[in-house]
Amino acid sequence: MSPGAAQPLLLGVRHHGPGSARSVRAALDAAQPRAVLIEGPPEGDALLALAAEPDMRPPVALLAHAADDPGRAAFWPLASFSPEWVALRWAQARDVPVRFIDLPAAHTLAEGPGADEDDGGAGSVPVDPLTALAGAAGYDDPERWWEDVVEHRDADSAPDPLAPFAALAEAMGALRETHGDGGRPGDLVREAHMRQRMRAARREFGADYAVVCGAWHVPALRARTTAAADRALLTGLPRTKVETTWVPWTHRRLARAGGYGAGITSPGWYAHLFAAPDRPVERWLTKVAGLLREEDRQVSPAHVIETVRLARTLAALRGRPLPGLTETLEAVRAVMCDGSDVPLALIEDRLVVGDVLGEVPGTAPAVPLQRDLTRRMRTLRLKAEAQSRDLELDLRKDTDAAKSLLLHRLRLLGVDWGVPTASRTGTGTFRETWRLCWEPELSVRVAEAGIWGTTVPGAATARAEAEARGAGELGEITALAERCLLAGLSEALPAVLRALADRAALDTDVARLAGALPALARSLRYGDVRGTDASALGTVAAGLAERICVALPAACAAGLDADGAAALRGHVDGVHGAVALLADTDPGLRERWSGVLRTLAGRDAVPGVIRGRAARLLLDGGRLPAEETARLMGLALSPAAAPADAAGWIEGFAGGNAGGGTLLVHDERLLGLIDTWLVSVPPDAFVDVLPLLRRTFGAYEPGVKRSLGELVRRGPGAGRARSASRAAPEGFAPDLDPARADAAEALARLLLAAAG
Amino acid sequence: MTMPGTDTAGEALRPHAEDAFAHELKALEAADDRPRPARWKLSPWAVATYLLGGTLADGTVVTPKYVGPRRIVEVAVTTLATDRALLLLGVPGTAKTWVSEHLAAAVSGDSTLLVQGTAGTPEEAVRYGWNYARLLAHGPGREALVPSPVMRAMAEGSTARVEELTRIPADVQDSLITILSEKTLPIPELGQEVQAVRGFNLIATANDRDRGVNELSSALRRRFNTVVLPLPATADAEVDIVARRVDQLGRSLDLPPAPEGLEEIRRVVTVFRELREGVTGDGRTKVKSPSGTLSTAEAISVVTGGLALAAHFGDGVLRPCDVAAGILGAVVRDPAADRLVWQEYLEAVVRERDGWKDFYRACREVSA
Repeated sequence: MSPGAAQPLLLGVRHHGPGSARSVRAALDAAQPRAVLIEGPPEGDALLALAAEPDMRPPVALLAHAADDPGRAAFWPLASFSPEWVALRWAQARDVPVRFIDLPAAHTLAEGPGADEDDGGAGSVPVDPLTALAGAAGYDDPERWWEDVVEHRDADSAPDPLAPFAALAEAMGALRETHGDGGRPGDLVREAHMRQRMRAARREFGADYAVVCGAWHVPALRARTTAAADRALLTGLPRTKVETTWVPWTHRRLARAGGYGAGITSPGWYAHLFAAPDRPVERWLTKVAGLLREEDRQVSPAHVIETVRLARTLAALRGRPLPGLTETLEAVRAVMCDGSDVPLALIEDRLVVGDVLGEVPGTAPAVPLQRDLTRRMRTLRLKAEAQSRDLELDLRKDTDAAKSLLLHRLRLLGVDWGVPTASRTGTGTFRETWRLCWEPELSVRVAEAGIWGTTVPGAATARAEAEARGAGELGEITALAERCLLAGLSEALPAVLRALADRAALDTDVARLAGALPALARSLRYGDVRGTDASALGTVAAGLAERICVALPAACAAGLDADGAAALRGHVDGVHGAVALLADTDPGLRERWSGVLRTLAGRDAVPGVIRGRAARLLLDGGRLPAEETARLMGLALSPAAAPADAAGWIEGFAGGNAGGGTLLVHDERLLGLIDTWLVSVPPDAFVDVLPLLRRTFGAYEPGVKRSLGELVRRGPGAGRARSASRAAPEGFAPDLDPARADAAEALARLLLAAAG
Repeated sequence: MTMPGTDTAGEALRPHAEDAFAHELKALEAADDRPRPARWKLSPWAVATYLLGGTLADGTVVTPKYVGPRRIVEVAVTTLATDRALLLLGVPGTAKTWVSEHLAAAVSGDSTLLVQGTAGTPEEAVRYGWNYARLLAHGPGREALVPSPVMRAMAEGSTARVEELTRIPADVQDSLITILSEKTLPIPELGQEVQAVRGFNLIATANDRDRGVNELSSALRRRFNTVVLPLPATADAEVDIVARRVDQLGRSLDLPPAPEGLEEIRRVVTVFRELREGVTGDGRTKVKSPSGTLSTAEAISVVTGGLALAAHFGDGVLRPCDVAAGILGAVVRDPAADRLVWQEYLEAVVRERDGWKDFYRACREVSA
């Protein structure tokens, strides 16, 4: 193809290829066309002027979304090394008209959610032209083939800047002959539209214009078709109203598939190739050395020299013209990183992908997230007022629940419009009180949050998932899970739970695990109130409980001091409560937890306070017969036991929450054991255990204290003698006292009737 | 990572690589038309083909010596071609010595210039010693000098090998620095030196789990390019390696072959891989890793031990109870921490798995 013939200049490229970008620039310089047409949505034409502004810094993306539903959106990302961006800036610098010629987003977005991926979504990639061509050339890696034949060519010194495009077009032509539309019927419609726009351009500029498009489309754009046939393909397409804007983009997001379809794995490397004036490998390895030095690894210039040599020889061994990314990284691993993958992961993250963030001018139209928020506020009748006011929500009402969800989601996005405050009217789980206050900077926050998505739920989900990936502490993730449930983000939940399960599996501190479990069990209850599906959460919580069951006995036996023992005793209580809630998910769990408690209660190395607590929990659960309880208490309080430990046992068993005192009032045998032990404590030790005992018994209610005092004054022996003579249940008098029973009967009837 | 049996065994119990695969090396040399570095028997491409296997134009089939990532072999061969020394790192049982021997055989046609590293390796083993009878009879001279394998390799321009580099005392290790950076070995007693001729290089192996034995000085470390040999990438590859080695070992121990045992082998490999990698095979659940290596070599010994147990005390069929004790022994190296890891793994992963009931019970029995 020569530019002199009556044919437009068709420049087939790979989206985001630095070699393509250089070639495009060289070709445009050589041909000097009067107009440039670019593959992209024509709705973006109005925004082209913004691209010339000095504040515009790639990577940026052209965003098109349905006006009534910002969730239906498509992005066309452009990096500094994208051929499209190069062509755009080339034209703008010379006042040459630029146009986008792809099928309007109005049509592609109207087709529904399936159409939000432009170049054939990730779900269906029937023929990848690069893979096919690379396979034909004997390469197993298409990326490498492309690097060798296109990216590594030095476009500036090539004799004919148009030759590579001709060769590529020919290859694609051969591919299209065998594969047709490549399994993407949508391409035919898009190409028909591009041809129509080319016809319009021809009327205006003659044949003296250039087209920059994916190489795959070149043969179709050159094909001879009639305008009528193309028009027929384009009639009757669905339409929707579309709005467009520029949004800042990042290298990290370029690395994902989407928008232009071809997600690239190494944007940082490509940016380097495009920006480096010469010696790309040497410059790249110097950059790598710089990064490693910043991370306090010793990397000398000698290392860099050896790495360059290794990379070159490796490329020669593999028969490649220049070392590519794989060769340089393998050389870096062998020479600079002692064969380790850890520093290499850092290089991948910082340099190969990179942290570059684009900028768009402030005059770009508002981000769709702001519109979505405005729309939701209108539906829910919430006004953004600077003056702070309180909002009472009853979550059983639909509107109130929706308001709560919106506020929770905004908080996840860092937009603290509403802050939850203590409720004035009771603390039921179905009530929430918020303090609303719209500060002006919240608008900025919304714009910043625009990078996470186009709708409030979508953005909040993306943000929560990212936070789950980055979270360090187990506690952070459980809190995040709770917030996700509050915000109704069930789609983010799998990612959060995954992170939670991973973190829990690797956490060796049983106290942290035990601390996290009650919060999870609580979240399960929220899930119930709000109707969120939290069954997955239940599974994770059960898994957590399982790990605690395994690790707890060892942790309790590991030479704890008094504070540590007290803390763990609290955890034992917390886990016990959580297990009761979780028993629905995993029926065997309760049984295993009892086993753990039994181990704890019977193991001498465990501190007294925990042993006592375990015995008490077992007794309350009906899993420890009274004789066994008495035996355990007898063992714990026998003269061989250290008095401090024995006092701890009593505290664990009878202290803390309510009911301990009552238990002793009713079971005189246990009281008798304590009494006997107390009398036998030697005077020196008594002073030591006194504070513990005081803490245990001092917390009882006055009535219980009085009863205990009376029982002890009467002497425990009397009670025991009686219960031994008759076969009465432990802790009960042998005979019924009719007068007292009658008095209670009326109340019992009343209670039963009320419950019924 | 396989070690195929040497089918051309002569009189020697274990022939050298260059003898055992002489026909392959010859065919490669004939077919190889690419440029060769000075004194190399083969081009780097042919060396890589020799290690990774392939079929030559004349129909000769080159057996793979190393089953693993291609890039590892390519980086290793390229390192030798750039006259940098090569350090092969890896946990026990990752075929380091095997790869080093075959590299030397393919590059120089000689894998015998070997220094075995031990805690007692003297400096003479790396530099040179003296024949004292000659020294006393004729006085100091080159005739009285006993060259080390490294010195001979320098003089001949071939590949020297150092096994278990980190076991060698630090001062002896450091005598390699001059050799590797200046490519010369001074003999001050004679006022002479031996300069390495082109083609000389050195392959060292070291165990990267043996931290702290005799850590390489950073000066020495800088002279090496490091290649880490990984453990088998997939469970299938590892099962294959274990089954083959167990079969070979079993035959020499007169144990009955156990085709029914493949399920048990897969189980052992699965347990080892999951604990080693810290994540279950389906990638859904993370687990803690114990302090032991859990290498393929250990899996082989667990299965072999289980087979012996089944043959002598059971009905000859490898069952869960035969391997359970062996696994416990391999996993629990540190009685406190590893036991916890193992119990957690049992409860969180093994208990729920379909078809693993017997195994779970057997493990509970031996763990209790």
